[in-house]
Amino acid sequence: MSGMFNVSAAPHTRSPITTKSIMQDVIIALIPAALFGIFNFGLRALLIILATVLSCVVTEYLYCKFMKKPVNPWDFSDVVTGLLLALNLPVSVPIWMAVLGGVFAILIVKMLFGGLGQNFMNPALAARVFLLISFTSKMSSFTLEKVSSPGLKDFLRDGALVLDGVSGATPLGQLKAGETVDLLKLFVGHVGGTIGETSTLALLLGAAYLLYRKVISLRIPLSYILSFAIFALLFGGKGFDVNYLLGQILGGGLILGAFFMATDYVTSPATHKGQIIYGIFLGIMTGLFRIVGTGPEGVSYAILLGNLLVPMIDNLTRPVAFGRERVKNGK
Amino acid sequence: MARLTFKGGIHIYDGKNLSKDKPITELLPKGDLVFPLVQHIGAPAKPLVKKGDPVLVGQKIAEADGPISANIISSVSGTVKSIEKRLTATGRMEEAIVVANDNEYKKIEGFGQERNYMIMSKEEIRKAVKEAGIVGLGGAGFPTHVKLTPKNEEKIEYVIVNGAECEPYLTSDYRLMLEEPEKIIGGLKIMLRLFENAVGIIGIEDNKPDVIDKMKELTANEDRIQVKSLKTKYPQGGERQLIYTLTGRKLNSQKIPADIGCIVNNAATVAAIYMAVAKSVPLTHMIVTISGDAVAEPANYRVPIGMSFSEIVEAAGGFKTDPEKIVFGGPMMGIAMYTYDIPVTKTASALLGFVKDEAAVEESVCIRCGKCHEYCPLNLMPSQLQMFGLHNDYEKFEKNYGLECCGCGCCSYVCPAKRSLTQTIVRTKQLILDKKNDTSSNHN
Repeated sequence: MSGMFNVSAAPHTRSPITTKSIMQDVIIALIPAALFGIFNFGLRALLIILATVLSCVVTEYLYCKFMKKPVNPWDFSDVVTGLLLALNLPVSVPIWMAVLGGVFAILIVKMLFGGLGQNFMNPALAARVFLLISFTSKMSSFTLEKVSSPGLKDFLRDGALVLDGVSGATPLGQLKAGETVDLLKLFVGHVGGTIGETSTLALLLGAAYLLYRKVISLRIPLSYILSFAIFALLFGGKGFDVNYLLGQILGGGLILGAFFMATDYVTSPATHKGQIIYGIFLGIMTGLFRIVGTGPEGVSYAILLGNLLVPMIDNLTRPVAFGRERVKNGK
Repeated sequence: MARLTFKGGIHIYDGKNLSKDKPITELLPKGDLVFPLVQHIGAPAKPLVKKGDPVLVGQKIAEADGPISANIISSVSGTVKSIEKRLTATGRMEEAIVVANDNEYKKIEGFGQERNYMIMSKEEIRKAVKEAGIVGLGGAGFPTHVKLTPKNEEKIEYVIVNGAECEPYLTSDYRLMLEEPEKIIGGLKIMLRLFENAVGIIGIEDNKPDVIDKMKELTANEDRIQVKSLKTKYPQGGERQLIYTLTGRKLNSQKIPADIGCIVNNAATVAAIYMAVAKSVPLTHMIVTISGDAVAEPANYRVPIGMSFSEIVEAAGGFKTDPEKIVFGGPMMGIAMYTYDIPVTKTASALLGFVKDEAAVEESVCIRCGKCHEYCPLNLMPSQLQMFGLHNDYEKFEKNYGLECCGCGCCSYVCPAKRSLTQTIVRTKQLILDKKNDTSSNHN
């Protein structure tokens, strides 16, 4: 018997799931939506994606170097932030704006608050809202130049939308204006909007993958979407209008937000009960923003507001240990 | 019938295939036998022999010292060589009686004598269990005679045999239940004699269908014994999970099973009770599993208590690959040691050798995924408890039920950031309990 064996406290076995593997799963799950975004809006969408991802990764690297902190062990969390940010931007934003968004997300929202696990808001969403407030017109312009007889060059630049001359009007804008929407187009995603939010089909594919890999559960997305649907049914002023209700659910950023942003671990409650309360809160807030508010969209604001309530929700839903009665605060 | 289960817990690679088909084989010791005086929870046993004394198989060489303690029985005949500090699988040096084996296996008088437990008095049964030095063989080591003497024995409604064996790799209980089921059933009948208002339940995980079938067949005519199939999930064999699964009753750390009408004993303990009471054979042998991917020939052996694990490793063909880690017990709750020249004791009945130490991973920051909470069988919030522990915030630790932690290891297992959740929580809990014991003993 030679040498000594490793000694450590139990348990001596670990699951193969790591922070990195979870982030990889999220990236894989976002690929369908990203690809559809590129197909829908042209190669410029790819450029935006590259810009945000690179700016996030580089910002995080430089921050760690500059602050003499150990450089993030390449866990891909910055890539996820960059990707999510790009999917939340209209394809027409200037590249510098996309880069600025990435810097804001990582530097201000993530690293200055302590890095991964410490940010109190979803960095990508906070950056989107930051850009939206700072550059309102550029950030809410979804119109594309119409081309009468598009060639390959136009297609590469402007994607499939130019083929049949779809205007950039977003489905939520149409609904707000009292028009109806083409639900099939909406489901496939052949409509205007931000790069990654248009295709419900692609998003649900990714969401199904995350559910299968148990990265997310249905608790937040389902309670979010259902409570929003009920809100729209009650206060939308259209009653049980399938076109309106489905248009509200499939249009805009709800699906992207519910499955990919509201489920962000760091900024959502940890208990099952808390997650459902959180989802319902998001649903109601989104309803208020979209239906009562002046703008057509409200998912980003709703989730950011929800993020702020997470510590409170966690505190209110503090679990009681198996076989024990609740210990009152202050005993 | 729906499979019985509980909330939380994990499905984990169980590694049982390595050794589950290896029948129990007897091993004889070659070297000296080492009997630590602490092989149980409670006070160390008091030696009854001194250097140079002859001892026999079955002889009590140290006796229970105080209400919570247990006798130590020699497993061989020979001479006491010394009483000295020896390393045990707890990681501590403990006073131990070292016996030189004369290889004659001369037994004490009355060893192996048949007794009819149906006509023995309850006192006689309890005395037999106490004399035999039986403790909880599932790893906890709580003296069994104490467990079998609750305050209100007529209030015990369930006598449970824990045949879950939910720890990965371990197969000793499986082999015991498969090869010697009559010992389990006999031991349960003995306990049911003590608790006349109770039903007996044998709970077995459904990854052992052969054992379930056999037990059901053998107990078909026993109206006080039920055999229940449990969903395979770690930690199904944890006391609180098992009681809840079988009876719907919830136990917390402030109570003992008897408070909610239950007595729980692990299968090997129940077999030991049978041997002690019905056959006058005290606890001298253990069934051990030796397994893991580094071991050449994983196996199940019946070995005398006190035999060195290094002899058992040798019998199993040694290591085919140099192990990085050696674990005594299961991978979830066992104890890692830097050496395996350690005696078999009542609480160390498995050795696992792993080529790679899966726990040797870099910790990273908590990403608040909540998996630790989701899989905690006790509905705790391990990520928070760890923080309280790291910040020595004992008040918050207690207020958030940190003392309820059973140390099952699920949180550390599932943590994607590989944080040492269980480790910190268990240590903090121990610090708090030690502090409480200190202050209470100062007042007395």
